[in-house]
Amino acid sequence: MDAQNKNQANKYSIIVPTYNERLNIGLIVYLIFKHLKDVDFEVIVVDDGSPDGTQDTVIQLQKVYGEDRILLRPRPKKLGLGTAYIHGMKHASGNFVVIMDADLSHHPKYLPKFISKQMETRADIVTGTRYVKGGGVHGWNLMRKLTSRGANVLAQTFLWPGVSDLTGSFRLYRKSVLEDIISCCVSKGYVFQMEMIVRASRKGYHIEEVPITFVDRVFGSSKLGGSEIVEYLKGLAYLLVTT
Amino acid sequence: MKHIVKIFSLVVAITALWIGLLQSSVIPRSHTWLLPVYFVVSLGCYGLLMVGVGLMNFPTCPQEALLLQEDIVEAKEYLKQRGVDVSSS
Repeated sequence: MDAQNKNQANKYSIIVPTYNERLNIGLIVYLIFKHLKDVDFEVIVVDDGSPDGTQDTVIQLQKVYGEDRILLRPRPKKLGLGTAYIHGMKHASGNFVVIMDADLSHHPKYLPKFISKQMETRADIVTGTRYVKGGGVHGWNLMRKLTSRGANVLAQTFLWPGVSDLTGSFRLYRKSVLEDIISCCVSKGYVFQMEMIVRASRKGYHIEEVPITFVDRVFGSSKLGGSEIVEYLKGLAYLLVTT
Repeated sequence: MKHIVKIFSLVVAITALWIGLLQSSVIPRSHTWLLPVYFVVSLGCYGLLMVGVGLMNFPTCPQEALLLQEDIVEAKEYLKQRGVDVSSS
């Protein structure tokens, strides 16, 4: 890490919502620690009562890395992503919050880039984008890319969101900013991610982007059916009218 | 101001311009009547073009999948040595 990251008392709380990520949670924690040497951070695992033993693995990880670096703050059952972030934030002692997925589609090696981008630009939010040069996606077939691109053009044309990747969920927020936006977001699923970034843009928060690569690990299962498309259009209409 | 209001204002402004053109006969009437159609069709074509161009230039990263596999091997080694269960069920 260069001198830029020996920063003045910034602490980063990395919130990782999990459900049945017994193996991935260990891998992601290892990679976070590998890429964030010399950074003051904590990992907050919000597990929604996984039946596969995810929490047992987290306890083992706490023995390796310390209970002050890895916080396990579980919930009894699946209660949704938005509330998972709120729950995580209650226990966050950092002044910045990172949200990321536990399944390794978001690679921790981009965390230093998020941090330095924020420090350079003094941004309120740094969001990862898969759709610019330097970023990218692996594991999507043509149909998936087509729907993604179509959705993006639709959103850019009508919503003017101010970011190139609306549905991405790999982001760094100033904690006060996240608290502000999350209190007014009501959507579910990936529309929730869209709502967060659009509301932030409307409120005039300074948003910067960092190219990231996204390796989709959900091979074979098509997450994009007709119902997803309808959900997206409804979400877009909702955002048009309420933001 | 909600975004839909911004878009609505834009549409109103364009419509006013169109009505102005209709009344002032700067452009022959027959063309002016069709302007909204031209506009919508152009917008549609532009959208399709953007989708096509974006699809052609869609950034991919096949090497990242390989790097990830290496990271996973490295991580499993480290964690196994320290007593973390990394067996796949």
